[in-house]
Amino acid sequence: MSEAIAHGPASLPSPNPSPAPRDAALRPRSVVTEAGWVRAVLIGVALAFLALFLVLPLITVFAQALAKGWGAYLSAFTEPDARSAIRLTLTVAAIAVPFNLVFGVAAAWAIAKFEFRGKNLLVTLIDLPFSVSPVVSGLIYVLVFGSNGLFGAFLIQHDIQVIFAIPGIVLATIFVTFPFVARQLIPLMQEQGTSEEEAALTLGASGWHAFWTVTLPNIRWGLLYSVLLCNARAMGEFGAVSVVSGHIRGLTNTLPLHVEILYNEYNFVAAFAVASLLAGLALVTLAIKSFLEWRYADDIAAGARRH
Amino acid sequence: MAAPLAAPAAPPVRPRRRFRQKSVIPGFGLTLGYTLTCLGLVVLLPLAALVAKAGGLGIAGIWEVATDPRVASALRVSFGVSLLAALTASIFGGIVAWVLTRYDFPGRRLADAVVDLPFALPTAVAGIALASLYAPNGLVGAQLARIGIEAAYTPVGIFIAMVFIGLPFAVRTVQPLIGEIDKEVEEASAILGASRVATLTKVVLPPLIPAVLTGFALAFARGVGEYGSIIFIAGNLPYVSEIAPLLIVIKLSEFDYQGASAIAVIMLAISFLTLLAINLIQAWSRRRFGYV
Amino acid sequence: MRAGELLALLGPSGSGKTTLLRIIAGLDFPDRGRIIFGGDDATRVPVQQRAVGFVFQHYALFKHLTVADNIAYGLNARRRSERPEKAEIKRRVGNLLDLIKLSGFADRYPSQLSGGQRQRIALARALAVEPRVLLLDEPFGALDAQVRKDLRRWLREIHDRTGQTTIFVTHDQDEALELSDRVAVLDRGRLEQVGTPDEVQEKPVSPLVLKFLGDTIEVEAIAQDGKVLVNGRTTPLTAPAGLTGPVKLYARPWQLQFAEADTAHLHGTVRSSYRTQGRQRIEVDRENAKTVVVEASDTARLAQGRPVGLRIVGGWVFP
Repeated sequence: MSEAIAHGPASLPSPNPSPAPRDAALRPRSVVTEAGWVRAVLIGVALAFLALFLVLPLITVFAQALAKGWGAYLSAFTEPDARSAIRLTLTVAAIAVPFNLVFGVAAAWAIAKFEFRGKNLLVTLIDLPFSVSPVVSGLIYVLVFGSNGLFGAFLIQHDIQVIFAIPGIVLATIFVTFPFVARQLIPLMQEQGTSEEEAALTLGASGWHAFWTVTLPNIRWGLLYSVLLCNARAMGEFGAVSVVSGHIRGLTNTLPLHVEILYNEYNFVAAFAVASLLAGLALVTLAIKSFLEWRYADDIAAGARRH
Repeated sequence: MAAPLAAPAAPPVRPRRRFRQKSVIPGFGLTLGYTLTCLGLVVLLPLAALVAKAGGLGIAGIWEVATDPRVASALRVSFGVSLLAALTASIFGGIVAWVLTRYDFPGRRLADAVVDLPFALPTAVAGIALASLYAPNGLVGAQLARIGIEAAYTPVGIFIAMVFIGLPFAVRTVQPLIGEIDKEVEEASAILGASRVATLTKVVLPPLIPAVLTGFALAFARGVGEYGSIIFIAGNLPYVSEIAPLLIVIKLSEFDYQGASAIAVIMLAISFLTLLAINLIQAWSRRRFGYV
Repeated sequence: MRAGELLALLGPSGSGKTTLLRIIAGLDFPDRGRIIFGGDDATRVPVQQRAVGFVFQHYALFKHLTVADNIAYGLNARRRSERPEKAEIKRRVGNLLDLIKLSGFADRYPSQLSGGQRQRIALARALAVEPRVLLLDEPFGALDAQVRKDLRRWLREIHDRTGQTTIFVTHDQDEALELSDRVAVLDRGRLEQVGTPDEVQEKPVSPLVLKFLGDTIEVEAIAQDGKVLVNGRTTPLTAPAGLTGPVKLYARPWQLQFAEADTAHLHGTVRSSYRTQGRQRIEVDRENAKTVVVEASDTARLAQGRPVGLRIVGGWVFP
């Protein structure tokens, strides 16, 4: 800044030739922040808190898993029970995530692109599973499909097993991850409005064509983001699955349940080894999530960050 | 939310309220029908079964279950500790959110990403990690034991797990609002003679209160229902460190479906009250300040 | 700057006017130079003690406080010993609400008010602390044209009534010329000229001030013996003492007149013309030179492509 401006109108009465301080250290700090030491203390408190509550447990998982070396670590995965747990977890996610993906897109389309009565109630109901305890989420399926449940007699008669079998695990997983995609897409699609779809329709596109060529490209990053979180939760769900699985080793044990069994058997290295697999999944999820948030902030931001 | 499709040309007579406004966009029936079917089968039917099951006991029966000493103790532990944990998460979460948004320091981006860890890390994994960390021979547990605090196998352990899972809610509800604070408003306050502390307490914090309350309520609701990350560290001693969700699992394993349903319904009722409170806070905030 | 005057800081965007205003307020800090209020050096006085009033372009009202609490904020922020009585604060707020003609709005919240109303509240809030100088940063920039006009007139009235020393920043020449006692023209951080609206319009110190205050025509000319010649013909302008040789002549569109070819300074053909508010503006293409705009009384329209001669009847000469 030049001399002229600094000696501007406010200083016209006495153009003082004495040199003014130029030392940056003498400069007063900005009026919209705190004193340096306050900032340092707050940053220290925040980082210490994050380290103690979040980072340390994460490190513990990997440290304990490798406590007895790589050999012990790797052998935890060669066990047939561990392999079947991995297989089951992948299977469950492969069913639950696409289901909720389709549901989420359909729900967001109906809710964001149209005005109808009872919309707020519908949104609240879709959100419901978020506020239900995981254990209760499992319990409700036991009450419907269990041997004493609503359809119990019918299912026994036809020799169909839902509870203590894979279908129950899939259902409970779908329940706990039910709102993920819809929750993310509804605000995003509401923000985008309907004008682009209307433009496509006036240009002669069919509804499907408009969806694939206009809507989907607009929501793809938000969609990917929500699918990612949905998948992490689906593979990691413990409480709900625990209630409906029956803990049959090699048959109805998902990875988190396998961790529990190993831990309760005091097989800590194996428990943490399997846990490290899930923790690795969480880290990859977070990394991609952070990348998406950084790179495509605007395409995701509309979604409320409530999971 | 903006109504993208305002009613077309205003009709001369008072319009009959119709179920939905006209639109050229196709697919309403299909998508809404599919949405309602999924919602009904996956969410509403099972929840109805729960209410029906518990309803079989009648209000008196549910009350009887709730006042059973062991159940009452578990509910007290779940709600009491969750309240404390949500409070802690809100205070520290507020500081974390402030620091991450307003200050620049090396590793800020990484710290920001770490906040979401409890969202992504499976609860069982968090549970065994916290248990081994806070056990009497664990890294932190040993230090705590030295100053006479037993963390693992006590309500303190439950508290730690609940802070862990509640923290992201506390941070993420407040953080965007801190980012939206208009710096000019703070400048205006300073120009009018307010000290930095006065500016923070009178101008910066009041608008954040609804968001802080929302984050608190979310962390609280999550803590009450939490299971996986708690049971490993809690020790699960009846009357001391037994949480309500665990009691549901125990009752289920004893095939006491009605007892389990009764506890579940009580917990659901509290969740809904919390959810209602959140909505009221947001509605009030929107009316009063024009933002959430 | 003189006590009690209304000074406009005028300049294109990026000229440093807002920065200067923020430095005066104590929100930003100068690399060099000093800020002096009535003989006191205020450069190192923290913003809280500078006793300035500041009105932001986007109001910066406290959304969670009522209108009355917003206005009273500066008084309530004072130390107990300096704070007026509650009743006194209430009285002052009432007076200010009367001044800004929003008496019934004390208990409303800012979100319930229009943009113009919010800006008036912001002004009352700044006036409440009885500042030594009132600073307004593009106060009407965020408002639509009609509200802007009304507020302009209203601000002038308030100033006449209160005699409050005021600096306001604007990039709108009309606003600056209409409202202010004196105008300070800034460009790229340099103060070009300070003067009354008449002074800056009649005696601009540089081509930059001239160009910024309105449409300008630039013509090559020669200064010789105190006279200014364009294309070999003398103009009514006199060259400043000591200036000879090639110079630049600047004129406003109304300082050109149509003339016969043998008396004209410039020649060209009509490219287009349009009428506006009883006048007409004609674009004239010149051979090997820039197109010029001429403003003339609304006589018969000139056909496109018609050759015309132009006479310079006024203007300014710069090296």
